[in-house]
Amino acid sequence: MQQFDKVKFRNNMSLAARQIAISALAVIAALAISMIVVAAMGVNPAKAMSKMISGALGGKSAVAETLVKMTPLLFTGMSYALANRCGLTNIGMEGQLYIGALTATIAGVYIQGLPMVIHLPLTMLAGFLGGGIWGGVVGVLKVKFGANEIITTVMLNTVATNLVQYMVTGPITEPPGDDAQSSPLLDSATLPTILKGTRAHLGILIALLFVVAFYLFLWKSKKGYEIRVSGQNPDAAIYSGINTGRNIMIVMLLAGGLAGLAGATEVMGVQGRLFPTVSPGYGFDGIAVSLIGANTAPGIVAGAFLFGILRAGGNSMQRATGVPVAIISVIQAIVILMVVATGFLREGGFRKKKTSQKAA
Amino acid sequence: MAKILEMKHITKQFPGVLANDDVNLSVEQGEVHTLLGENGAGKSTLMNILCGLYHPTSGEIWLEGQKVRFSSAKDAMNRGIGMVHQHFMLIPSLTVVENCLIGAKSKSVVKLDLAGAAQKLSALAEEYNMNLDPMARVEDLSVGACQRAEIIKALFRGAKILILDEPTAVLTPQETDELFNMVRKLTNSGFTVLFISHKLNEVKEISNSITILRQGRSVDTVKNEDLSVNELARLMVGREVDMTVTRHETDQSKAMLTVSHLTLGHPSGNRLLNDVSFEVHKGEIFGIAGVDGNGQSELVECLTGLRKATSGTAVYKDLDLAKSSTREIMKKGVSHVPQDRQKSGLILSMNLAENMILQDYYQPEFGKGPMLNWKYINEYTDKLLKDFQVKAPSRFELAQNLSGGNQQKVIIAREVSREPGLLIAMHPTRGVDVGAIEYIHKRIVEERDAGRAVLLVSTELEEVLKLSDRVAVMYEGEIMGVVRPKEVTVEEMGLMMGGQRREAPQAAG
Amino acid sequence: MSPINLIGGLITSDLRMATPILLAALGLLIMNRAGLINIGCEGIMLMSAFTAVAATYALHNVWLGMLCAMLVAGVMGALFALLTVSLRANQIVVGVAFNTLGTGLSTVLYRMLFGMDFVSVKEYAFSRVSIPGLKELPLIGEALFDQMPIVYLAFLLVPVVAYFLFRTPTGLNLRSVGENPRAADTLGIDVYKMRYAATIAGCMLMGMGGAFLSTGLLNSFQEGMTANRGFIALAAVIFGKYKPKGVMLATMLFALGLAVANLLPSIGSNIPYNFVTMIPYLLTVVALAGFVGKVTPPAAAGKPYKKG
Repeated sequence: MQQFDKVKFRNNMSLAARQIAISALAVIAALAISMIVVAAMGVNPAKAMSKMISGALGGKSAVAETLVKMTPLLFTGMSYALANRCGLTNIGMEGQLYIGALTATIAGVYIQGLPMVIHLPLTMLAGFLGGGIWGGVVGVLKVKFGANEIITTVMLNTVATNLVQYMVTGPITEPPGDDAQSSPLLDSATLPTILKGTRAHLGILIALLFVVAFYLFLWKSKKGYEIRVSGQNPDAAIYSGINTGRNIMIVMLLAGGLAGLAGATEVMGVQGRLFPTVSPGYGFDGIAVSLIGANTAPGIVAGAFLFGILRAGGNSMQRATGVPVAIISVIQAIVILMVVATGFLREGGFRKKKTSQKAA
Repeated sequence: MAKILEMKHITKQFPGVLANDDVNLSVEQGEVHTLLGENGAGKSTLMNILCGLYHPTSGEIWLEGQKVRFSSAKDAMNRGIGMVHQHFMLIPSLTVVENCLIGAKSKSVVKLDLAGAAQKLSALAEEYNMNLDPMARVEDLSVGACQRAEIIKALFRGAKILILDEPTAVLTPQETDELFNMVRKLTNSGFTVLFISHKLNEVKEISNSITILRQGRSVDTVKNEDLSVNELARLMVGREVDMTVTRHETDQSKAMLTVSHLTLGHPSGNRLLNDVSFEVHKGEIFGIAGVDGNGQSELVECLTGLRKATSGTAVYKDLDLAKSSTREIMKKGVSHVPQDRQKSGLILSMNLAENMILQDYYQPEFGKGPMLNWKYINEYTDKLLKDFQVKAPSRFELAQNLSGGNQQKVIIAREVSREPGLLIAMHPTRGVDVGAIEYIHKRIVEERDAGRAVLLVSTELEEVLKLSDRVAVMYEGEIMGVVRPKEVTVEEMGLMMGGQRREAPQAAG
Repeated sequence: MSPINLIGGLITSDLRMATPILLAALGLLIMNRAGLINIGCEGIMLMSAFTAVAATYALHNVWLGMLCAMLVAGVMGALFALLTVSLRANQIVVGVAFNTLGTGLSTVLYRMLFGMDFVSVKEYAFSRVSIPGLKELPLIGEALFDQMPIVYLAFLLVPVVAYFLFRTPTGLNLRSVGENPRAADTLGIDVYKMRYAATIAGCMLMGMGGAFLSTGLLNSFQEGMTANRGFIALAAVIFGKYKPKGVMLATMLFALGLAVANLLPSIGSNIPYNFVTMIPYLLTVVALAGFVGKVTPPAAAGKPYKKG
């Protein structure tokens, strides 16, 4: 026993260490490249960096801002990771987020007269279900009709953003309809702030709770085991009698639901009402979060924290130095590209086996 | 005759594996030269080096007295080396002629000369008695026709040395005869054929010279007429293997699995399984022999819920396997050693504990309610690894890091420990080292002796005949006959495998 | 407006609006046929739309602007190929990163060069090439015989690409790489080189589309101006069943949606704009689900290939 655990410890450590090293390297390289861009704009990179960091971590309200940005990223990061663990590529988190925001808004504005203890969870559930249905449709289309989930999710993203635009300018627009926005959510459906005088809201704690559930589900439960088997080797899953089709639908529903919660917490905790652009791309950021975190629970927390810093600090950097906040997208893209470009390093262990198989 | 090809001191090192170790090969023009060796002896690696797909770590290739170095498959092809791979390198959605023109030199860069090429192909096909329509789509061709298309493709592109990698694995005896006639015709016209095989009788039949490979090394090169089949077998395996198994008398009076009139249709109209009926009894190993691709996979898939039969039944206990789901069948006490351990038997990227619970993870034994009890699973895995002599550093080792034999032992451990009423084992020793083969055979016979019903499907005739109490031979989805191994000659088996029906299947005793 | 004029105008603007999408879709088709899925078309189009405006502004020539845009797109294509072909990174993830990169970088660079100013390149715009006489034909005269040269070029490229893919040796080799790279490899085709070439050429076509969008249609660059046209192109390739002619018809259909959507307010219709813009995406989802016949993508599309 003793020795076995040592081996496990060592294996896990070396894998984790390699993963952390790769992710850290990618982040550093991405920051370096973008600072060169900043310097080319005639801004002192050191100043830009320090403004970004102080804007994200310097003081209570800065930290609160980072937590605010982190919340949706945790949800979308989990969404991508969950689907990925089942062998699916969910590019549709942005759309699921929009629909989740929409359904949460409807529940939060139009269901009246409920106490907060009921209305708040109900509104979140509405967001979860909205995103879940949007994702679940993709699962059904894949399983029943063989439609590739990558393309359908991409297509449904645009449908979702259009649908939200239509809703806030039409059916659920705030009377009299001068602005493209919904009525504000009722107080009973608004996430309370957890740090006085800041924007940090209860959503971050809920998101962290979901991360724990995410971990327990995937690694400690029978369903999670099934999903991981389906993702790693669908043939083995079918051989053992696992209903892979049903699992794909369940996973897409859950993944969509998680992305939907990102949208729900945004309208319930930050924006207070539905605008035509709910998200600056949190859905796509989730891919980067999950990639950096190698689809693991602690990794997703770390990834969301990092991108939370970038998002929160980016705004204050723009205010102080004039470097447009769009630079954050550039950094993010480079991080993703660096992580995937170095992906083969992580497969170090795989390579040996693959070639020896061929030799046989 | 002149030496057309020499490979000298070829070594190929893959990370962690020495696939070729100082291999020498010397081939004369116009001969059929066989590379003989077991699975994993390094035949395919050597040939992949010859046709430019791999680069040797060290060693030299001499072609017609010139030292050559191939940096790509194209190089090798330009020097007249054509390979027919075991898994055909054809693109199903294209026609034969399009397949032949891929990557070929063309007179014009703007015009693809399909008609001209088709004419040339027809002429080639006629010259070597091949029946092939160049304008047919590859997806509509039979396996034999695909092989002909591959050969003609190599000739079309100017091959002088033709490498055939296990070409008979997918063919019936009759098709094999046709192939051999074609090969003789080719060598008579001056082509040289390199033939890769581990089937001794075929090697004896077709070869002029034979180079024997064993564990990555070239053991010897001999003239065909100088050695007997038995001597070849000894050189190939390297040691005398005791292939006798001891078995006990068992009570075989009770039928555990009754398959009647099982039929599986195919959209194209032909039947993958046609009216298959047999019984597997308690305490009996019932073997299914036959050339690969004659309905064995489909039969096992129908019995394990992976495919639904068109008609007929397969009753085990009170369950009709032909109409049940995989989960229902496994729950009822059927175990299944699948034909391809890496494709479906294991999750290579998961550890051994995770692999060990693949069939039963949902049972209360491995965790109450929706959660898994990892502490118990770990202990359970340790016990099985020990009981089944799996060589692995720990239960946390990933399945992909185990050798083929140990991977197969993990599957056997998982399936046998379920104490099944019916054990379905397909190719249980394919690609496994000799030591593991003996161990797996022993475990399978032990299951029989313990009173279980065993359905053993294998293309290794020796294996089926040695282990089984009764053997059925399948050909094109039908059973050609059921025989007792002691009462049948290899020739009779061969006839059945080639599609000749043997009358009066015997009743079980 | 008379109905004839109205419909004629609709066809004219349909072909014009279809042009950038068609160019991008043909680029995507070439990549697809070589086994590469590029979700990042949107980002590439944005970068080239920006580059075209900036270069036209600097060089006072819209053709040189387009050339620069194509070069930038080609460089992005080379990067895409480096990552997905040589390093075997997931094509989808790289594509998503390209979209993020294109959106961010085009905005950052534009602000760097022009600040918050509005820059118009109208004075250097493509001039129309019209054929006297034919141009006067009712209904189709303006649409077919009075367009900018790039519009003609884009539609001429359809048969050219079709001939290239299905009637030339290189086209056959390219398709074989998309169907079965291992087989192509054994036949001596350099799979990597072929995929690099297809990616760079394909991305340059996307770049041409992006350039025409900014310098041809709108005479300026706006942040996020592609407005999902990259995704419409992706949809058109699938809806057109991976065939050049089908892709062209799909693009024209989708562009018609855009043209109609723009027309709706002026004719006082109360069909919401957003519903019309959704149509291409919904149609593609329906097509993918197999409701309009089978859509078979190249067998190896999206899969990395490892040599040896």
